[in-house]
Amino acid sequence: MGSTITEKILANASGVDKVTPGEIITAKVDAVIGHDITTAAFRELEKMKVDKVFDRSKVYFTVDHFVPSPSLEAAAQLKDLGGYIKKYEIENWFEQGRGGVCHAIFPEAGLVRPGMVIVGSDSHTCTYGALAAFSSGLGATDVAAAMALGELWLRVPASLRFVFDGVLQPMVTGKDVILHTIGEIGVDGALYKAMEFTGEAIRSMPIDERFTVCNMAVEAGAKNGIIAPDAITMQYLDGRARGPMLTFASDADAAYEAEFRWDASALEPMVAQPFLPSNVAPAGDVRDVKVDQVVIGSCTNGRISDLRAAAQIMKGKKAAQGVRVLVFPATQQVYLEAMKEGLLEIFVEAGAMVSPPICGPCLGGHMGLLADGEVAVSTTNRNFVGRMGHKNSKVYLSSPYTAAASAVAGYIIDPRQVI
Amino acid sequence: MAGKAWKFGDDVDTDAIIPGRYLANWNKTPEKLKEHCFADMNPTFASQVQAGDFVVGGRNFGCGSSREAAPIAIKMTGVKVVIAQSFARIFFRNSINVGLLVLESPAAAADIAPGDVLEVDTAAGTIKNVTRRQTYNFKPIPSFLQQILDLGGLAPYVKRRLGIA
Repeated sequence: MGSTITEKILANASGVDKVTPGEIITAKVDAVIGHDITTAAFRELEKMKVDKVFDRSKVYFTVDHFVPSPSLEAAAQLKDLGGYIKKYEIENWFEQGRGGVCHAIFPEAGLVRPGMVIVGSDSHTCTYGALAAFSSGLGATDVAAAMALGELWLRVPASLRFVFDGVLQPMVTGKDVILHTIGEIGVDGALYKAMEFTGEAIRSMPIDERFTVCNMAVEAGAKNGIIAPDAITMQYLDGRARGPMLTFASDADAAYEAEFRWDASALEPMVAQPFLPSNVAPAGDVRDVKVDQVVIGSCTNGRISDLRAAAQIMKGKKAAQGVRVLVFPATQQVYLEAMKEGLLEIFVEAGAMVSPPICGPCLGGHMGLLADGEVAVSTTNRNFVGRMGHKNSKVYLSSPYTAAASAVAGYIIDPRQVI
Repeated sequence: MAGKAWKFGDDVDTDAIIPGRYLANWNKTPEKLKEHCFADMNPTFASQVQAGDFVVGGRNFGCGSSREAAPIAIKMTGVKVVIAQSFARIFFRNSINVGLLVLESPAAAADIAPGDVLEVDTAAGTIKNVTRRQTYNFKPIPSFLQQILDLGGLAPYVKRRLGIA
């Protein structure tokens, strides 16, 4: 019996030939990531009386959730974090104005490579599976332990295989692929498991959309999402990645707990309706939902191709009356590229507001909270009760195409009806 | 351990347990999380919950964000045990790490009604429903995790590994 790519990475990291699902292993970690809320992990480290991290080049920090500081509490937290970065001599530190949203900046900076084991105190750490790394989210204490020891106990996940045959239609994206998947298997459909994505539609998918697919694996309860490395992966890493690359692939006789196979060409632009990411429907079937706010950005969909998609829809058009449009380029580099390509001009002329590279209102922190009864279409990843503000507000999740089209129409619409 | 059950449904997410707007610098004053626990989902919970009460959920309890503030918020209310049909994985790990007992018991999760009086016997591996005169088993904690619990959590484990007194 062969092994899956996830099993091979974990076997390598735990120094054995083969691991089996269910087995508890101690894996060496190649990187530990965090952001401003992860300041808590440094406080735990201090409480443990640990005075240095296992390898200061293998701890990556940025600030993205509560920046620029919206409150005195956030300001105090950022100040404390700056102190910890100095105290523990963290090498890969992206301060305000030098980085961006964690799951966009670390790959962009070449810090994520195939075969790595990466953990971090953010649930969307699973994003890095798009570059064939094993990556998974943890809480602050686990992250403190990983920063101290350079290793972590893990239960080897069983793998689920998701095969997308055929090619996606225009304006149907990785976001629609993952919303479809979560809709089919549910928000605990991959609980504790590895989600491996493959098939022609995945192999031909641009890297930015692969990040989106793996980013939302956690919304199905998964431990990690992963896509085998190929020419598209290597093209992204070329001239960017710093350090060794270990390219593993699943064996033909690897064991999967289940396989799901869908025709990618039949997929449509999707939305996840309130209040779960699994509550999906084709955007064209969701009628008469008036929109108050549109959010384009986040660790899920704030990369340059996401902004290009939104701009393609909004070019020469205006957001509908009464619709607030908020655009969050995910990193400073994405912001700069969007500026050079004229995308920001398109957004501003359409009546959108463009923000610094932060998480924005995704988690209901600041920069665009919703009032009682308001509705948002958002390219983010969660639509739980109160996620973006008032408990009586609603969030519909979609691709950048669908979000931009809904901004122009003023209600939820299939983007193919706008262009 | 004995107390009253507070019942919640399936897919209770960590935003429901502690909304994101309360997270800025939460770790500096974790006791403050108590007043916001389940703020949107059950606004009376924080003011009425008693030390020793139980939180009972359905499937996939604690899904969503990796925020450790979620199990800590529950712990700060005086609740020591959460019972559910199943737990989301990050919430499960975080709970063990911060010393909140998480027990997986589909039978208990299905049967317990709001306000039922419960008793948990960790040594026997049972949850007793005093109100309904029922006893349920819970899934044993994996031995590796039990070792961490026996040491008093993940922090003492790390200190021991690094030889820190």
